[in-house]
Amino acid sequence: MAFAAFSSTKSNGTSKPKKTGRVVIALLAPGLAYLGAFFLTPLIALIMVSLQAQDPYGGIGDYIPAFEINNYFLVITEYFPHMFRSFSYALIATILALLISYPLAYFIGVKARPYPLLQKLMLTLVIAPFFISFLLRTLAWKQIFSNESWIVTTLQDTGLLEADQYVVGTPFMVIFGLTYNFIPFMTLPLYTSLERLDTRYLEAGSDLYASPSKVFRKVTLPLSMPGIISGTLLTFIPIAGDYINASGDFLGSSSTAMLGNVIEANYLQINDYPSASALSVLLMGAILILVAGYVKKSGTEDLL
Amino acid sequence: MAKEFIARGADLELKKIRKEFPGFTAIEELDLHVPAGEFFALLGPSGCGKTTTLRLVAGLETPTSGQIFIGGEDETETKPHERPVNTVFQSYALFPHMNVLENVAFGLRQRKIDEPLVKAKEALNLVQLAHLADRKPQQLSGGQQQRVALARALVNRPSLLLLDEPLGALDLKLRREMQIELKAIQMEVGLTFLHVTHDQEEAMDMADTVAVMNKGRIEQMGAPEALYDRPKTVFVSKFLGQSNLLVGEVESTSANSVSIEVAGNKISVPKTRAEKHTGKIAIGFRPEKATFTNKKPAASSSTNIIGPGEIIDIRFTGVSNQYLIEVPELGNITVFAQNIGKSPVTELGEKVWISWSVEHSFGLSDLPNTGEAA
Repeated sequence: MAFAAFSSTKSNGTSKPKKTGRVVIALLAPGLAYLGAFFLTPLIALIMVSLQAQDPYGGIGDYIPAFEINNYFLVITEYFPHMFRSFSYALIATILALLISYPLAYFIGVKARPYPLLQKLMLTLVIAPFFISFLLRTLAWKQIFSNESWIVTTLQDTGLLEADQYVVGTPFMVIFGLTYNFIPFMTLPLYTSLERLDTRYLEAGSDLYASPSKVFRKVTLPLSMPGIISGTLLTFIPIAGDYINASGDFLGSSSTAMLGNVIEANYLQINDYPSASALSVLLMGAILILVAGYVKKSGTEDLL
Repeated sequence: MAKEFIARGADLELKKIRKEFPGFTAIEELDLHVPAGEFFALLGPSGCGKTTTLRLVAGLETPTSGQIFIGGEDETETKPHERPVNTVFQSYALFPHMNVLENVAFGLRQRKIDEPLVKAKEALNLVQLAHLADRKPQQLSGGQQQRVALARALVNRPSLLLLDEPLGALDLKLRREMQIELKAIQMEVGLTFLHVTHDQEEAMDMADTVAVMNKGRIEQMGAPEALYDRPKTVFVSKFLGQSNLLVGEVESTSANSVSIEVAGNKISVPKTRAEKHTGKIAIGFRPEKATFTNKKPAASSSTNIIGPGEIIDIRFTGVSNQYLIEVPELGNITVFAQNIGKSPVTELGEKVWISWSVEHSFGLSDLPNTGEAA
C-alpha cells in the first residue's frame, strides 16, 4: 500500500507541472498579447521613428527610415530647459502633494478610526473631484485665477502683484494645478498605508522615551514608507509627462512649457516626428532611471 | 537627558484613581501602593480595569481624577515618554522595521545613553537571544518575541516595569518556563514589577503580592497564600481557585466561633476567619480541604459535616479526582481527592458525608448571587 501511494504521487509529480504550466500560459496569454500589441509594438515603432531622417526629396513631415542617433543630441541641446523644468515642476508638485496629503491621510487613516462614518465621508471627499473631468476642473482654476477675477484684482490692489502681473501662465499657477490635480493619487496610497498602521507601535515608542515628534520620525514615518513610495511614484511619473496643466490653453504659457507640451507641439504642430519620438524615449528613460534609483534608495524591498 | 539612568526599583502609589470612558467607568476608585522592588500582580477577569490601570501608570491614558506617584514624584500629568516606566505589551509591539538589536536599543537611543548597542546586546544576553540580534521580529517565535520585548523594556532599567499579560499568547509549557525566567530576572535586577494577568495560577506563582480586581475595584490584596487561605469576598473565593459556599443565618456564637445552620447541618467558622458575625452570612471551604466518607463521621466541634449527598459526577484530572456531590437543599459541593491510590469512594451514585476542619472554613463579607449555585 505504501508503495502504491508512493508511485501514484510520483506519477502525479511528473504530469502535474506540465498541466500547471499550460494553465499558467493560458491565463497569461491575454495579458501578454495585450502588452505585445499595445505596449511593445508602439514602443519599437516609437524608437524607430525617433531615428528617422528628413526625406531629402519630401516636404515638411516627410521622413525616411534611418539610424539618426544625432536626433537625440539635437533634442537634448534644444529642449534641455524644458526637461529641467518638467522634472523640477514634478519634484516640487510631488513634495507639495506629499506635505498636503500626509496630514490628511493620517487624520483619515489613524485619527478618524473611531468614527467610521467620518472616515468614509472624508475618503469620498478625497475621491469626489474624479466625478468631474480633469480638464473641466483645470479650466475652472483658470477661470478662478483669470486676469479679471477678483482674486487677481485684489492682489494687484494690495500691491502683492504689479498692475501688469497675472497669475495664469506663471510657474506658480502650473505647479498649483499639478499639485491640485494629483493630490488624490498621493492621498489614497498614503491612506491605505496609514490605515493599517498599528497604533500600538506608537504607544510602544512613547513608552520607550520617544517624544511625539521622535515617534513620528522613528516609527510612523518608516512604517508608512510603502505608502509614501507608491504615492510619490503615482504623482511624480504622470506629472513629469503632463501636458495639460502647463499648456497655454490651460494654466500655463510658453514660458512654462514642459516636456509633454514640447512633444505635443512637435508631433501635432511642427510635424517633427523624430524629435517628438526621441523626446518621448528620453522622458521614459529618465523616469525609469530616476524611479529605479529612488526605489532602490528607499529600500522598499523590506517594506512592500 | 531628562532622567538619570536609574538602576533600582521605585515604589508606585495610586491615590483615588478614577477613570471614565465615554459610556462606562473602567475604574471606580483605586488606591494602591506597590513597594519598591516588589513583584506585584493585578489579577482579574477581562474588563475589570486592570489593563486600564496599567495604561494609566504608563501614561497612555489620563485618569479622570486621582494621582499617580512613582518613586514619590507626582507623575499624573507627565507624558508617557517622560515617565521612568517601561511596558512589556501584550502584543509585544516590536517595531517591524527594525531588527531585534535596534528594537532593544530604541529606548537607550532616545535617552542618548552611551553605547546603546553594547547595552542592548547585554540585555539580549540576559534573555538568551544574543544570537538572534540581526533578525527581524517577524522572524522570531512568540516566545522569542516576548523575550525581546522584555529585553527592550529591561535594558532601560526603568524604576517600574509594567507587564500587560505578556505570557497570554504563549502555550502552556513555554508560559511556565517564561514565568520562572521572569521571576529570576526580577530577583536579579531588583526592579519593581507590576504584572497584569487574568491567570490566577500565574499571579500566585510569580507575585509577592496579588491584588484581585473586579468591576473597577480592588476586592482584596495580599500575599498569594493569604489570599487563597482566606478570601474575603465571594468573587475572590471563586476567582482565585475554587470554593464551596454555604449560606445561612447565624444561629449561635461561641467565644471563638460563629455557626450557621444549613439544611440541618451546623457549620462553624472561627471568628478570626469570618468577616461578619451576625445576620445571613456565607461560609466557604476549598474543595481540596474536604474529604468524604460513606458513613457519617462522629460529630466533633472541630469538624464541619454535611450530608448525606450523592456523587453525581467524577472527573479525572491526573493528579486528582474531582467529585461533584449533590446534597439535598444545599446544592452541589465539589471535593478534590489526590490520586494517591486509595480514593474513599469512586462510584457514581454513592451516598456520602462531606467533612472538613472548622479551621479551614472562611466567612465572607458578601453573599453569592441567588442565581448562582452556592
